[in-house]
Amino acid sequence: MRNRKMKDALFYWTMLGSLAFILAVFSVILIVVFSKGFPALRWSLIFQLPKSGYYLGQDGGVANAILGTLYLSSGAVLVSIILALPAAIALQKDYTSPRFAQFTRLILDVLWGTPSIVYGAIGFAIMVYLGIRASLLGGIFALSLVMLPLMIRSMDEVIRIVPEELRETPLALGSTRFEMVRAVLLKQAFPGILTAVLLALGRGIGDAASVLFTAGFTDNLPGSLMDPVASLPLAVFFQIGSPLKEVQQRAYASAMILLFLILVINIVSRILEKRFTRHTIR
Amino acid sequence: MSVLLFRRFKDQIVTMSLRGILVGVLILSAGLLGILLLKSAPMISDFPLSKLIFSAAWNPWKGQFGLSAFIVASLGVAIIALIFASPVSLLAALYLSECANRRLRNALRLPIDILAGVPSVVFGLVGVIVIIPSVSILSRLCGRDTTGYSILSGGILLAIMIMPYILSLSLEVLLSLPAEAREAAIALGATRWETVRHVVLKRSVVGLVAAVVLGFARAFGETIAVMMVVGNVAKIPHSAFDPAYPLPALIANNFGELMSIPRFDSALFLAALVLMIIVGIFSLAAQAVLHHIGRI
Repeated sequence: MRNRKMKDALFYWTMLGSLAFILAVFSVILIVVFSKGFPALRWSLIFQLPKSGYYLGQDGGVANAILGTLYLSSGAVLVSIILALPAAIALQKDYTSPRFAQFTRLILDVLWGTPSIVYGAIGFAIMVYLGIRASLLGGIFALSLVMLPLMIRSMDEVIRIVPEELRETPLALGSTRFEMVRAVLLKQAFPGILTAVLLALGRGIGDAASVLFTAGFTDNLPGSLMDPVASLPLAVFFQIGSPLKEVQQRAYASAMILLFLILVINIVSRILEKRFTRHTIR
Repeated sequence: MSVLLFRRFKDQIVTMSLRGILVGVLILSAGLLGILLLKSAPMISDFPLSKLIFSAAWNPWKGQFGLSAFIVASLGVAIIALIFASPVSLLAALYLSECANRRLRNALRLPIDILAGVPSVVFGLVGVIVIIPSVSILSRLCGRDTTGYSILSGGILLAIMIMPYILSLSLEVLLSLPAEAREAAIALGATRWETVRHVVLKRSVVGLVAAVVLGFARAFGETIAVMMVVGNVAKIPHSAFDPAYPLPALIANNFGELMSIPRFDSALFLAALVLMIIVGIFSLAAQAVLHHIGRI
């Protein structure tokens, strides 16, 4: 008996230790990024474009990359919503046979796991074929490929859990399927859809591999969709590669801004989800 | 009557466009694979597959495009990552499913989700600051003086990146088990460890393996973070302290100089195709299992 209890206690503490370890890793990452980044943070870093010689330690900031990332990911989010929401609704059993829906879900889940560098390469191939240079348009296209499967699947998941009774009631009252979708499914799933969009936005802001050769990099802000555009993850990547201490410091600060954006998106999505869930029927 | 007709008409139009968009997305995905095949076709038709996949001779300037060093490097970092990440994540998931109450589970969802969403370049930065010097010290303790840029650093960094991912997937698998199974064991006087070993693990082992395999697939395709710590030397590594050059890093580093060397672009697209196929096979198998279990 004592032996069994000891085994159990050992098991318990290994489990707890593992969980504590993961949380400790999480805290170490936050602490390292913020403690290295904060001392190097300047207002000019956030609000100024890189001046000439910026990468040699001269004045300037990464405003081009911050705004560029926001352009890229919000553009890609818009494109993805337009395709993902209808596709997610079409996956529901009101519109598709369950077999086809299951098959499509499996394919989308595999696409979700496809490395974004592959999407970057494919996007680049298509751009070469169409004669488009590395540009905001190309970056948005590649990033949309990354976002699309994850947005469709997460929207699909939240629409699918709307209770059967709520779907049937309007249909029984003589509404068409589309009226039911608009009045019930979209309303009920709204908090979840919002979360899906923010999840995709977070992924887009942090993704570097897909925009590496499709969006290019520049010290200026893009004037049109056909201009190249900088992005924050790539700005971190290029600056950390510099042998100069000042430039590396700025990489830390840029990474802190990037991580801060991700934290804000995560927390905002949690708050919005909570707030809007109050208005849904359960 | 005409109002009803109009409503029906509108419904028909919407139904058609919804289905059209879904089918369009599927066709687009098939098209993406087609483009990769098309772009790597010159490579596949000019060289026997054995020269491409199983040869380690990578000299694009001499027309040698053996990818095996890159494939081995990718497998290496991903396997090291799994060795470190899977026990920790599975144990933590077991704690959350077997010991923690709902409140703790919900409270920990936020940090775990955030950790899973940290951009890979930030992980890479932390790797350069923390892991590289540590591995360098470790290598000196083992009697080898290295910079720390190695397959081991890449593996450790990847392990950290896939931990939250494996944790949340396996937690979902564990929570989908019916409570009766556990209660029966506890009623018979089993301790928590015995319940987990004889009931929980026995019934969820397939799903847990699928979660780990998905972690592997994720690690295999990770690009920027690995590239920052793994050293990028195109040789088959012989020890954990050797630098290596995984497939995604190969693509990311070389895409710029496409045009200067004949066939080089096609070789890189072949690398992307190989990457997509390997990741695709693993994640298709694992996802099929998870879908079958009914996690989703």
